[in-house]
Amino acid sequence: MDAAMDLIRRMPPAEVEMALASLLVLLPDHSADLLSKVDQPLQEAWDDESGRQYLLCDYNRDGDSYRSPWSNKYDPPLEDGAMPSEKLRELEVEANEVFAIYRDQYYEGGTSSVYMWETEENGGFAACFLVKKDGSRKGEGRRGLLDHGLWDAIHIIEVSEEEGEAHYCLTSTVMLSFTTKDDPSMSFGLSGSIVRQMEADFPSTEGHLGNMGRMIEDMESKLRNGLDQVYFGKTKEVVFTMREPLEILTATSATGQSLQQAVVGDIVRRRSVH
Amino acid sequence: MDGATDDHKAGIAKWFLLRSPPGQIQQVAKDVQKILMSDKLYQQAASEAFPIYNMEQMICLELPDGSGQVLVSNCGALDSTHYLDLRTAQVATICTKIRPATDEELPSGFVEEYRSAIDSELLKYVEEAFPRGSCAVFCTAGSTAEEDDAPFELTALISASKISHQNFSSGSWRSTWKIQVNQELQSVDLTGKVHVNAHYFEEGNVQLDTNYEGSDSTVLQNPLDVATAVVNIIRSKESEYLLSLEESYSKLSDNTFKELRRKLPVTRTLFAWNNALQLSLSREVTRELSK
Repeated sequence: MDAAMDLIRRMPPAEVEMALASLLVLLPDHSADLLSKVDQPLQEAWDDESGRQYLLCDYNRDGDSYRSPWSNKYDPPLEDGAMPSEKLRELEVEANEVFAIYRDQYYEGGTSSVYMWETEENGGFAACFLVKKDGSRKGEGRRGLLDHGLWDAIHIIEVSEEEGEAHYCLTSTVMLSFTTKDDPSMSFGLSGSIVRQMEADFPSTEGHLGNMGRMIEDMESKLRNGLDQVYFGKTKEVVFTMREPLEILTATSATGQSLQQAVVGDIVRRRSVH
Repeated sequence: MDGATDDHKAGIAKWFLLRSPPGQIQQVAKDVQKILMSDKLYQQAASEAFPIYNMEQMICLELPDGSGQVLVSNCGALDSTHYLDLRTAQVATICTKIRPATDEELPSGFVEEYRSAIDSELLKYVEEAFPRGSCAVFCTAGSTAEEDDAPFELTALISASKISHQNFSSGSWRSTWKIQVNQELQSVDLTGKVHVNAHYFEEGNVQLDTNYEGSDSTVLQNPLDVATAVVNIIRSKESEYLLSLEESYSKLSDNTFKELRRKLPVTRTLFAWNNALQLSLSREVTRELSK
């Protein structure tokens, strides 16, 4: 399994689905483990009754059926599918509505879903907040910049409560891949996946949604900025150390070095004349 | 479910090996070996994958007698284990030995004048622009051409890589420039492709995949002048590409990324979770009332 996880970390992120399918063929005995540990882009489904899209994951799945967060029904229908309690379902409904507004403001489109379930801890529960956005030209990209562009975010929060204070443990995964081709001679593509965790304690007197929401918003911003500045920045660094820009004059650039050599050579020559 | 066939498994292993990021094939190979749990299958996949990978990555090998380097590529491959180095007119057998190239393996004297002139100019460019790059020029068509005779094609390859496992990063740059010399039309046409990859994997996995295509032409002259013209074209086109890359990176944060997720909502403030809760509550009430 360690070898499998190491392999996934090296494969092109944009091909993770193929990589996982291949691993499942080679390691059929580890399929449960692989399916739960390897992050995959989210699949979407259509809820006919509510007229809305929803996202599929292990937490709204029972057997081969998936539960829609809008209608709260399984598709294909199930007699006794796993359901959140009535009280939790109320919170789930509210979370889906509010998260949809959040999603619209940050993602200008996309699909989101929130699923909740009770955990062993007394009164404790867990929730997963999912977002999927297709930002390509033929998807929901408003500026027409991307040939291909996908963002998937999976946030899993575990909540435990004690006397008006709640402890939240968030694990977030972001997967993205995009390609631009604004210049016909060049294609530029970046893809990546990162996972981070965050824990916090907040008073639960006003309910949990605001606390969870703020944590997720904070985390998404950190991940977006991290990917943008640190991770993508590092790939740029790698490229520019392999091939140096020739027009730039710096002490270490090729042009700078050759200029320095020329100047020094000149000085030495002049000195030796005297 | 019946187990997958041996061939299918070896095929999958080969798929993984060929997608190794620059400089990481050893690590990928170790993982694949463990997962396959069969040395026979691993050898089958590796023996097919390694030569292809080496050629695609344009791996550069040091010649054992220190006479230079040989670039592994499909332009210079005589077969899957023998590679031609025209600069020293030798053939290297991977992992084994060196021998001089035979006359049939070498281009004609006429073609060789152009090939070696371009090779020397290219070496200067590569030394200047690529801190750790290597290059080679091969004759990929019409190797028997003589003066005022048939057209011929040379291919210039540049390969550079940066591998730093401690810094969790690696990258590769591969240029392939086809140079078509047409003696009848007295023209030299160039078409080039550059493929750049980079991988950063400290607590994450992010990869860059970019391609460039360019072309230009110049007049057929004597070998030295053609070499200067050709390498100048290569130098300027590749510099143009680097500039475009710089631009793409600078547009990332405020433009490209926005297509996926904005930094902040249009309001330029964080999301008002409390307001939204009230909003959703009133929406629910309205919905209930309108039923």
